Amino acid sequence: MSVTYNFGFMDEHAKKEVRRSILKAISIPGYQVPYSSREMPMGRGFGTGGLQITLSLIGADETLKVIDQGSDDSVNAVNLRQFVELTCPGVNTTTHLNAATLIQSRHRIPEVPLTPNQTLVLQVPYPDPLVVVEPSEDKRKMMHGEADYARLLVKLYEDIVKFDEITISHRYPTRINGHYVIDPSPIPRWDVPKLHNSPALILFGAGREKKIYAVPPHTKAEPLAFDDVPFRVESFNDAQGNRRPCERCGATDSFLDEYINEDGSKRYQCSDSDYCDTVLENSKEVAHA
Amino acid sequence: MGYVAIKGGGQAIRGAEDVLETLRASEGAAGVPLSIDTIENQLRLLTSRIVSEGGLYHPKLAALAIKQSQGDTLEAAFALRAYRSTMPRLMETQAQDTSKMRLIRRISSAFKDIPGGQMLGPTYDYALRLMRLDLTDESPEKFRDIAHQFLEQTPEPNLPDTFPKVVEALREEGLLPQAEVSEALAFDITREPLIFPVPRSAALATMARAETGSLLALAYSNMRGYGDVHPTIAELRVGYLPVMLPHPITGELTEAGEVLMTECEVVAMYEDDSNQGKPTFTLGYGACFGHNEVKAISMAILDRALQKGMKEGASNPSEDPEFVLLHVDGVDSMGFASHYKMPHYVTFQSDMDRLRTTQQKHEDSKKTKMGDAQ
Repeated sequence: MSVTYNFGFMDEHAKKEVRRSILKAISIPGYQVPYSSREMPMGRGFGTGGLQITLSLIGADETLKVIDQGSDDSVNAVNLRQFVELTCPGVNTTTHLNAATLIQSRHRIPEVPLTPNQTLVLQVPYPDPLVVVEPSEDKRKMMHGEADYARLLVKLYEDIVKFDEITISHRYPTRINGHYVIDPSPIPRWDVPKLHNSPALILFGAGREKKIYAVPPHTKAEPLAFDDVPFRVESFNDAQGNRRPCERCGATDSFLDEYINEDGSKRYQCSDSDYCDTVLENSKEVAHA
Repeated sequence: MGYVAIKGGGQAIRGAEDVLETLRASEGAAGVPLSIDTIENQLRLLTSRIVSEGGLYHPKLAALAIKQSQGDTLEAAFALRAYRSTMPRLMETQAQDTSKMRLIRRISSAFKDIPGGQMLGPTYDYALRLMRLDLTDESPEKFRDIAHQFLEQTPEPNLPDTFPKVVEALREEGLLPQAEVSEALAFDITREPLIFPVPRSAALATMARAETGSLLALAYSNMRGYGDVHPTIAELRVGYLPVMLPHPITGELTEAGEVLMTECEVVAMYEDDSNQGKPTFTLGYGACFGHNEVKAISMAILDRALQKGMKEGASNPSEDPEFVLLHVDGVDSMGFASHYKMPHYVTFQSDMDRLRTTQQKHEDSKKTKMGDAQ
């Protein structure tokens, strides 16, 4: 009894199928392309959709960065990166955004704008934004085809009536290229504007739900909102209305994680660890100069 | 100050692996590692469950999966399923003829006597579920003698090569409609995603590798009253099915090997025929790799329920193809349940932002109202 694995774990037919689905997804921005989705050796829900895209695209000349919650060293990111290193001999991995050509991420888009030679792969638990208003996939497919997002807009409107505020925190429904509304994966609202006219290709992979979709480069991405109630990102202002800085690097332009100290007080640090390190590094250089 | 975000992931994973491995070997000096053959034979029903839920007929690898997952059925099926992803599809199997099965068990609850006869075979159905304390300290010599003695004392059975199917007799009598022979190739759920509505072959394939407990729960809901199948088991058979594949050179169907499987056909009460034809019974079909009767029965009941749902619309969850087929896969459901253990710091931060903002607005509006009242 012996077991050998192909480069990239999956057999070549499977990788080809994923690549064809990606091409279709790019051709129809925001459309959820169904694909067969193989079982990966990590749990459904741990990024198997993103991983299948990564493994199908990766070649020996690629440099991969894997992040989870903004961090390269979180358990799941390490796990995925090690799996790619194990099954794709010769592939480079990095934690530096500017060195990466392929970035797989869960829940975050890096703070520094992506470049045209980079591809971002986002892991997706729920690919369909309409699932909050319609449980049947069959019916949702028709609604997407007809660009019928009335019930989603009504949900936003009801939020405003009830709470005076749209209460969707993450997975904010976003209209792509003027037609399909996507679930941009559980990125915070902070990251949604980064989808708009992105120079980099952004791919979304939902392994369990067997869907791939894309926001191609330089494509319109508009979060659903109303003329009089604009879309708003998370606020990191303190009680006085001043923007909190990251306590480690001092940045005031990044998504912050909130920590509770032993004494009950709070502390804020960048969620994007590579960005935090870079800002810290640059400030040291400035200090030396 | 160090960076507090989720550092040291790699080290933590290695530590977890070590502890897990240590627990597997925690018997210490007295421990004997389980051999793959031991698992395959002594835990044969567990192995059956894994080949079926893993969707790959490889009892040896299934036994290995059971060993490395320390007996967790979901994990073991998962490992086998992931291994399957590394294999290309070489050909499409033709429909196999289950009347050719080499049977170890065959029963019908519809008829006292069936052509070919009932054959109880290995089953716990009529066993008293009392603790067999004699097994706690089994002598290896006695254990090895069990099979030997059985074979010595049992006369060579004179069994025919094929057993007729009970449902065929019902068809001949016109109590069941003739089987529809479909020219279309079966839907391959490993190569195509389910896009609803799906053909019956897709539903059957999905259920054939579904998690046993999930299928049972949904079928049970139908049996108890959230549905109206009221099945009778026309035939339940367990045995080795010869797998016929086209010969690579001549193209002639050739036996490539055999797989242990369980097959169940349930007959349900007839329904009004909208086509004004003769009323007949209806059939539900279940089949899976390995010896797993509860799974085959549950699948047959759900097949019947789903056929009704596809035709007339679902009036119960077990009749709704999306509800049943998208929620019975063990790899999908256990993976997603487990993923909640991963960090969700970013999304929770975003949740708190929304709650704090709405709380603030709530406070503000209360103040305004109080101001208005004064």
